[in-house]
Order: sequence, then C-alpha cells, then structure tokens
Amino acid sequence: MAVLPMKKAFLCGLKKDRKRTLEYLQRQGVLEVSEEIGEDAVFQKMDVLSSKAVFERNAADAERALGILQSYASEQKGLLDSFKGREVMPLSEYEEMAERHDEIMKRASRLLQLAKTIGEKQGSLPRIEQQLKELEPWSTFDLPLNFKGTKSTSAFIGSVPRQLEQEELSREFSSVCEKPAELSIVSSSREQTCIFAVCAKRDAPETEAALKAMGLISAPQTSAVPAKRQKMLQEELKRTQQEIADAQQEICSMAPARRELKFVADYYTMRAEKYGVLNGLAQSHSVFLITGYVPAEQADKLEAQLAARYNVFAQFEDPGEDEDVPVILRNNKFAEPVEGIIESYGLPAKGELDPSAVMAPFYYILFGLMLSDAAYGLIMVFGCLFCLKKFPQMEEGLKKSLKMFMYSGISTTFWGFMFGSFFGDAVNVIATTFFHRPDISMPPLWFEPVDMPMKMLVFSLCVGIIHLFTGLGVKLYSSVKSGHLADGIYDVVFWYLLVGGAVVYMLTMSVFTEMLGLSFTLPHTVGTIAAAAALIGLIGIVLTNGRESRNWGKRLLKGLYGAYGVTSYLSDILSYSRLLALGLATSVISTVFNKMGSMMGDSIPGVILFIVVFVIGHTLNLAINALGAYVHTNRLQFVEFFGKFYEGGGKKFQPFAEHTKYFKVKEDV
Amino acid sequence: MAIIENMGVVLALLGAVTAALAAGIGSAIGVGMTGEAAAGVVTEDPSKFSKVLVLQLLPGTQGIYGLLIGFITLTQIGIMGGDSDISLIKGILYFVACLPMAFVGYKSAIRQARASVSSISLVAKRPDQFVKGMIFPAMVETYAILALLISILSIFGINGLPV
Repeated sequence: MAVLPMKKAFLCGLKKDRKRTLEYLQRQGVLEVSEEIGEDAVFQKMDVLSSKAVFERNAADAERALGILQSYASEQKGLLDSFKGREVMPLSEYEEMAERHDEIMKRASRLLQLAKTIGEKQGSLPRIEQQLKELEPWSTFDLPLNFKGTKSTSAFIGSVPRQLEQEELSREFSSVCEKPAELSIVSSSREQTCIFAVCAKRDAPETEAALKAMGLISAPQTSAVPAKRQKMLQEELKRTQQEIADAQQEICSMAPARRELKFVADYYTMRAEKYGVLNGLAQSHSVFLITGYVPAEQADKLEAQLAARYNVFAQFEDPGEDEDVPVILRNNKFAEPVEGIIESYGLPAKGELDPSAVMAPFYYILFGLMLSDAAYGLIMVFGCLFCLKKFPQMEEGLKKSLKMFMYSGISTTFWGFMFGSFFGDAVNVIATTFFHRPDISMPPLWFEPVDMPMKMLVFSLCVGIIHLFTGLGVKLYSSVKSGHLADGIYDVVFWYLLVGGAVVYMLTMSVFTEMLGLSFTLPHTVGTIAAAAALIGLIGIVLTNGRESRNWGKRLLKGLYGAYGVTSYLSDILSYSRLLALGLATSVISTVFNKMGSMMGDSIPGVILFIVVFVIGHTLNLAINALGAYVHTNRLQFVEFFGKFYEGGGKKFQPFAEHTKYFKVKEDV
Repeated sequence: MAIIENMGVVLALLGAVTAALAAGIGSAIGVGMTGEAAAGVVTEDPSKFSKVLVLQLLPGTQGIYGLLIGFITLTQIGIMGGDSDISLIKGILYFVACLPMAFVGYKSAIRQARASVSSISLVAKRPDQFVKGMIFPAMVETYAILALLISILSIFGINGLPV
C-alpha cells in the first residue's frame, strides 16, 4: 500500500524552446503544473486566454462536424467497442496531420455549413408545399389570380368556404345585391367553391360588399396564370429537394474525413490545454519557468530527457510540509483494481495510508459471498478476461474495473463451490428432469446456506467482526507509525478489548450459543476473563475518549458518550447480515428459475422451455445480483470499514497531459 | 369443515403472497419513480445511461426479497410439492413471519426510490460522484435486508416447532 512519493519540480528553459518543451511535457503526462510564481519586474505572464478560447471553439466545431457526419453516415460500432480505448498514433503521423489542421478545419466548417443549408432548405419545403396546395383548386383558371379587371369592368377572384352550384350562387348573389354581375365557378369541392366574378366598374363597391357578405376570401395573389405558377413552384420544390439531396450526398462523401476530424478535435483540445498552461507560465525576455509536481520515480528520467532535448534545466526537491501534494496510488497487481473504488470515496489525505492493499482481499471476499454462485463467477472471470485480452489499448480506469470484477469473479466461484451453487441447483434439476437421476447433484464443499441459514448468519457476522477489527488494526498501525502510540491504544486497543471481550463473553452464555446453533459453549473462566477485558476497555474508553478536554467533568461526559459508540459496533456487525441475505437471494432466485424451466418435464417442448427460461432467468439473476453485490460491497467498505480508520480528502494527481477523446500520441523514441 | 381444517395452509399462503405483493408493489412504484428521473437525465446526456440505470435498479431489490420470502414459504408449507398439512397455529406463525418483509419492503422501496431519484440528479450534475450517489439509497436498503433476515430466520425456525 503506497501513496507514490512526489517531488516538487522547477523547470527553467529558453523561450525559443518553450512550445516544444510544453508539447513534450504534455505527451509525457507526468507533471502537474502549479502556478506559484507571481509576476515581478523580470517575469511576466502572457495572456493567451483568447487563443485558448479559439482553440476550444474549434474543438467544439470539430465535434459538431463529427456529430453531423455521424447522423448522415453513421459509423459502424460493435457492442464491445466501448472497451477499445483510444487509438495509438505515432508522433510522426501526429506531426504530419497537425500540419494540415487548417485544411481539416475547413472541412469541418464545410460540414457545418452544409448542415445549416440542409436545415434552411428543409424549413422552406413546407412553405412551397403550402403554396402549391392553395393553387390546386385554381389550376384550370386561365387568368393571373391578381387580375383586377379591365378598363370598364372589375373582377373579383376568391373562394367561399362551402360547396355551391352555379344556380345557388347566382341566387344567393342576387339576394344580397341588385347590381348585375357575371359569376362563374372555377372549381368546387366539399370545403370551398372558387368563384370568378365580373361586374361593371361603377358597380364595384356594391358587388365587393355583397361578395364579402357571402364570405368570399381573396385567392392567393399571383401575377402568373395559376397553371404556370404551379409549374414554377413544382420546379422550385424539386430544385430544393435536389439541393438537400446534394448536400446530404456531399456530407456522406466526407465520411472518410472522420478520422481527420477526430484528430483535429483532439488536436485543438490539446492545444487549448497547452495554452491554459502557457497562460500561467512565468516568462522573462528569454527564459520561462514552470513549477509543478512530478512522481519521484519519474524525476530523473524527466530531468535527463529535458536537458538532452531542449536544454531545459530541471531541479527537484521534496515538497514542504504544508503543501497540498497531489496523490497517485501505486499497488501490486492484486490490490491495484480497487484503486478506482478508493478514488471514488476520496484519495488518502496527507499523512493517511493508502487502504487499497487491506481493502482488496476483503472486497473480493465480500463480493464473492454476496453473489456466491460458481457458474456466475466463472462467467464473470471469463467475460472480463476476454475483454482484457481483446482490447489491450483499453483505458486505465476501465481496465482496473474489469480486473476488479475478474478477481471478484474468482472469489464468487470459490464461494459458489463452498456453498454448492452452480446456476443455483441446476445440476440436480437437469439430472432429475432430463436424466431421471435425482441422486446426482453438486454437493457443497462446506454447507448450503439455504439449509442452514443460522450457520451462514454466524459466519457472516464473523466475517464482519474480522473486517471491522482489521479496519481498527490499520488505525493502530498508522498511529504507531506516525509515533502516536498512546492514541493507538486509546482509540483501538480499548475498543478491541471492549468489543472482543463482549463477543467472547456472549459465547459463554448458553442462550446465545443455542440461538446461533453453535456446538460449543465457552467455559465460565473464559467468560470471566472476557468480561474483565471488556470492562478494562470500557473504563479506558470512558477515561480517554474526551482526552482533548482539560476539564475532568467534561472529559468523563465525553468519554461516556464515546462508550455509547459501542451501539454503533453492534449495528456495524449486524450490517454484515446482508452477506446472508444477498447470498440467499441469488441462490433462491436461481432455484425459482430452474424450477420454472423444468415444469414441462422431460419432453421436446420441455427442453426448449428449460433452455429459454434458463438463459433469460440466469442472465437476469446474474445482472441484478451482481449489481446488488457491487453496491453492498461498496457500502460495507465505505461505511463500516472506512468508518473505522479512513477519511480521505486527498487531491488527485492531474498531470498536464493529452486529455483527448480519440487518439493517444506515442513518443517514438 | 374442510376450510377450518385447512386454515393453516391458507394463512401461510396468505403470508407468502402478502410478502411478495407488498414488497413487489413497493419496488414497482420505486423503480417507476427512478425510471422517470433516469429517462430525464438520458434525454440530456445519453452517455450517462449505464450510471443512471444502476441507480434506477436500486429500489428493485425489495421486490426480489419479497419473492424470496414468498418462495421459501411456499417450499416450507409444501405448496411446491410435498406435504401441505399445516396446523392452524403454524399457519398463523408463517403469516406473521412474512409481515416484516411485506411492510418494510413496501415502504423502504419507496423511500429508497426517493433517495435514488436525488442521487440521479446528483449524477446528472456530477457524474464523477456516482459511487457516493449509489451509497445513499443503499443505506435505506439496510432495513429491507434486516426485515428479510428476520422473516427468513422465522420461517426456517417455524418448521421445527412442535406445534
């Protein structure tokens, strides 16, 4: 268990090498930059935030262009592609592509422009279609619709919203207007009747008023004959559709540029980050300074490389006591996978131990106990192994998680065999139903929790006590290591005495041992010793728990309150009963599915039913119970275990590096 | 009076289905609530699907515990095959044994769902705090697990009683 030691780095280089040095540091990703040097007469900072904003915008544009490309010419993605990780790109290719970034960016803008065009054109389609629809009833009319009349006549063109015959129309008109007018029907349908009315110019006002009264609505005003206008509109419609198709075609034809666009998105993201660092860089007329943190083991290599490549002078020293040094965890292969879990709780604060190594074995054991089915365990192990082997470029965090599930899977398999569970009782069900051999089953190596739940409960609580005591042990260890032996005794040894003594004392009472189904009861002398130990622990806690108070009265009260904390130990230990509950849930639900599957007995439909129920049922059960095991293992670690010794709150090491999405540039040295 | 003679198994079955019913209804309500919240998050950011799915499923376990209690009871009282001759006293005992799971399962699923909905909005804003967001609803589940434990222990215990 280790928190990697860090060195404080001071780098000083010539300004002309500034850009390349920064790029090198970014590719190496071992330096977390801290801006500590203020401005003075010699060293000044450069304001490059506006360029940074431009790069960020470009990166966002490239992403949007990729999104457009994705929606018109989508990239084929496999089910497991999310495990793939970023593509590795050699430095030479990076440099070659970086040269062309403007050109690629132009393509991105072209894509954005095309998408905009498509959007606009598609917006105009409904308008044209609407106009066409309005002209439809007038298609046989051979005058422009904005025709107002001749020298001596006035014309009115419009529609009334009902179906009318010629006769009805004339009658209706003459009933509201005495002046003569010539009315003709252009077309008529259920919804409307299109009318062309002509009258003498002097009668125009009366005629118009009469037509209005009949509900005449003016026709759409066109200067062309409707048929001609229709043709024009149809052509426009066709042209717009063609333009949309062309634009789509062009977007699709740009699909091969996807890789370049991804590159340019990454490229600008990286440049934006670099400029973020550049912005805080102290620079004089000809030199620049960088300060930051480097893992101690990388320091020498970095120093040598920087000196050889860019003539940069590097100096390293141990960070000061009061500095908030960023944290990296480094563990062996077995404990490394749980680092992610610790990170999500909080990295070790200054002076705290890295709990990974202690936590890892418990994590796997607890997970295994909760899932406890050999077949499920094997599925997990081989699933994780397959992904790990198939995608060696996988991102580090994901790799750790998969390894964690692989180890948990091994533990699950182990406990599955211990408790005789392989897809629940599938072995026995299959043998009984299809081979008529009820004598075949997979006997547990230890015992079956369904048959002996009390035994499993006792075992769960024992695991809990060991887990909690280990947590206390870590606290003792770190107290001793940091030279606070007395604190270790007050906060840990007294609790060991109190809780341990109480547990042992309970085992001497036949009431408890019978209830727990234990085959032994400890003799009375042990009980006396245990009671004495518990008493010493209790008195110790009452006397020392409030030791920071000078006032004895206050101190005792605080001590009593501390001793009241024994109830929290009770609830902590009982909390491990979830090992029993979740373990039983897995096996009972498997049993239910096996039973359901075997309901039609030994026949062809019976076999088919069994296979279907078996596959669906066990997939479901594995998914739900693996989730449950994951959640509750985390809970036991975070609440019960970490509660005893660990607080967290360290700052994660966030190096100046390539935080890209698609490519990982590799230094080809 | 066949009904009176068989009242034991009737009561025991009533207990089994009550546990499955109440806990199942609770989980259904709970998973429904969290599902609505999760869908809202996915409209904004589809990449958070797997995270919010986990949070959505958290209140679903009570239903499984209910099923578990129901199933264990069914096997113990011989409904799934075997001898279903249960005395009236035993029937009442089975019924009572199923109650903790029924009540606690129902209420804790809904309460857990509310914690889960809050955690979903937490993950929507700060996806890096996912594991912490998972722990809050898991705290509520503790009580469902304790109820499950009492129900299981009671049901297994009743079988050996000389009544």
